[in-house]
Amino acid sequence: MTTASKYLGQPDAVNALVRDTEVHKDLFIDQELFELEMEHLFANAWVYVGHASQVPNKGDYYTTTVGTEPVVMVRHTDGSVKVLYNRCPHKGTKVAGEVCGNTGRFFRCPYHAWTFKTDGSLLSVPLKKGYDNTGFESCEAARGMAAVGAVHSYREFVFCRLNPEGIGFEAFFGESLSTIDNMVDRSPEGRLEVAGGVLRYMHHCNWKMLVDNQTDTCHPMVAHESSAGTAVKVWKEAPEGTPKPMAVELFAPFVNPYEFFEGMGIRVWDNGHGHTGVADSIHAAYSPAPGYWELMVAAYGEERAKQILGDVRHNTVYFPNIMVKGPIQTLRRFLPIAADKTLVESWTFRLVGAPDLLLERTLMYNRLVNAPTSVVGHDDLEVYERAQEGLHARGRDWVNVGRLYDPAERGQVNVATNGTNEWQMRNQYRAWARYMTASMEPPTSVRPEPVEGSARTTSVRPELVEGPVEVAPGLRQAQPERGAAQPERAPVQRDEGGHP
Amino acid sequence: MSSFNDRQLIDFVYAEARMLDEQRFDDWLNLFTEDARYWMPLAPGQTDPLLHTSLLYEDKLLLRVRIERLAGARTFSQQPRSRCHHLLQQPGIERVDRDAGTCTLRTAFHYVETRHDTQTLFAGWATHDLVTEEGALRIRLKRVDLVNCDAAFGNINLFM
Repeated sequence: MTTASKYLGQPDAVNALVRDTEVHKDLFIDQELFELEMEHLFANAWVYVGHASQVPNKGDYYTTTVGTEPVVMVRHTDGSVKVLYNRCPHKGTKVAGEVCGNTGRFFRCPYHAWTFKTDGSLLSVPLKKGYDNTGFESCEAARGMAAVGAVHSYREFVFCRLNPEGIGFEAFFGESLSTIDNMVDRSPEGRLEVAGGVLRYMHHCNWKMLVDNQTDTCHPMVAHESSAGTAVKVWKEAPEGTPKPMAVELFAPFVNPYEFFEGMGIRVWDNGHGHTGVADSIHAAYSPAPGYWELMVAAYGEERAKQILGDVRHNTVYFPNIMVKGPIQTLRRFLPIAADKTLVESWTFRLVGAPDLLLERTLMYNRLVNAPTSVVGHDDLEVYERAQEGLHARGRDWVNVGRLYDPAERGQVNVATNGTNEWQMRNQYRAWARYMTASMEPPTSVRPEPVEGSARTTSVRPELVEGPVEVAPGLRQAQPERGAAQPERAPVQRDEGGHP
Repeated sequence: MSSFNDRQLIDFVYAEARMLDEQRFDDWLNLFTEDARYWMPLAPGQTDPLLHTSLLYEDKLLLRVRIERLAGARTFSQQPRSRCHHLLQQPGIERVDRDAGTCTLRTAFHYVETRHDTQTLFAGWATHDLVTEEGALRIRLKRVDLVNCDAAFGNINLFM
């Protein structure tokens, strides 16, 4: 018995899941769609890997995942940062084993001692004579550990695109990079370092619920009444004149009234990126750290320092799966594991050259809001997990994202709007459909021979390549010119019942 | 500390765990000094609670918030409520300073938290820094080191 595939090779069916003001429940609960997300969305988009300060010295590496693919980010001997698939080309063993470490000048597989330079190229194989006259040179294994399609480091934030071709980095992110700029500029030296450890929090819900939540400004005063609301209540019982603790300063704005969040504003960029907190935000009124302003003025001049610190953006979503908070120096990754399982990692940064108090505040914020022991986190996870179960109900198949919808919004980018508009959510789901279907072809009756070196990656339709195409240097020779990359195909079979 | 023998110090730790299992949180909070901290490090052997993050580093105000929240009518993550169970090894007395009235005990434990049909087991060591206040034992620092403190956890709702 076979079950008919609902979405595999059916871009029209995938596009139909995203309506003007609704998205279908299958986005959150369907495992086939999840696998297509890994195959297409996470391969076509630029996905955050890590920060270059995690690998300061040659041979330093950090292992993580992009989508569900194991990768290793490594500082190569020439000083550049490479992102390789963490997979020995011999038998498949993950070559780098620790979360982070230093591998020296080369990686050595623990299984059969094959070694690889830190750009992935094969260095040596024990008893190599055994491969003489076996055609080894033309095997995949001889090419070493594979590099991801393309890597781009922006102000030390390292992103990659798994597919060798597709939209360029600048075209994908555009104006949204201004949030990273602002976070980095908050260091008097213009430099960040990953600091303070990473909080890891397992969620039994779909990763997109978390992305959706980042610009959901109608939930804090409801879902977080239990945590932030209680903090405010307990604080009110303190004797008059008690200095306001940092924790209360961090908690209290969560339960600001609706009007505050409406006035805060949301800005929407292209490709699913956007941020809350245009005019104001919950991070705007923190107490100054002694000495910090003076350091900023010395570094940038008063006018520019005021500009940098006056930009108090709340949550910036970098589609598909990270959120950055500039004023409190955190970055959250929503790492997909299955349709109903997501690992949330919350990273923090030190503003190099700034007072320690700022890092202390960032870490307290992260602990109070993003830890598995966090009361705010408990509020959120409860509603996500209830939604994950609730969405299995029949009778209502759609999730509504229609708040303040205006048909004229389509095609508009770099626009600021009411802070409770769900436009940014709609923006994310439209980008979801775009990057899901960008490399998806309807089934054909005759499968073309795969292009050498790209057996796993299908070509991106040229009309979806908006910016300069970036091709990883190591793949230039293996990849034919774009446009010639697709071998001739048989006409798509559209006859009734004609699906193979 | 001169007025407390070893048995009484050890029984204090057992009694504290029992208060948590019985969810007598107000009584439990009264065991802490006004300047107390409840600390769950994020890294093995962590020494810095401020410039390295932790799972918890709570003062009495934050503990009070947590306890009031657990009973809140709109605390949806506790509907239904969690329950917990402590299994303690006999606490070891690490250090006693009878003149200063302070001591430190270390206790290996298994801790189970349940909610709905899920039961989660944690294992670690609790360290109690105790002082005497008005003739009674009080906790100045409770440090909880999980053996897998850096693992990815789901919700940890109650106190270990």
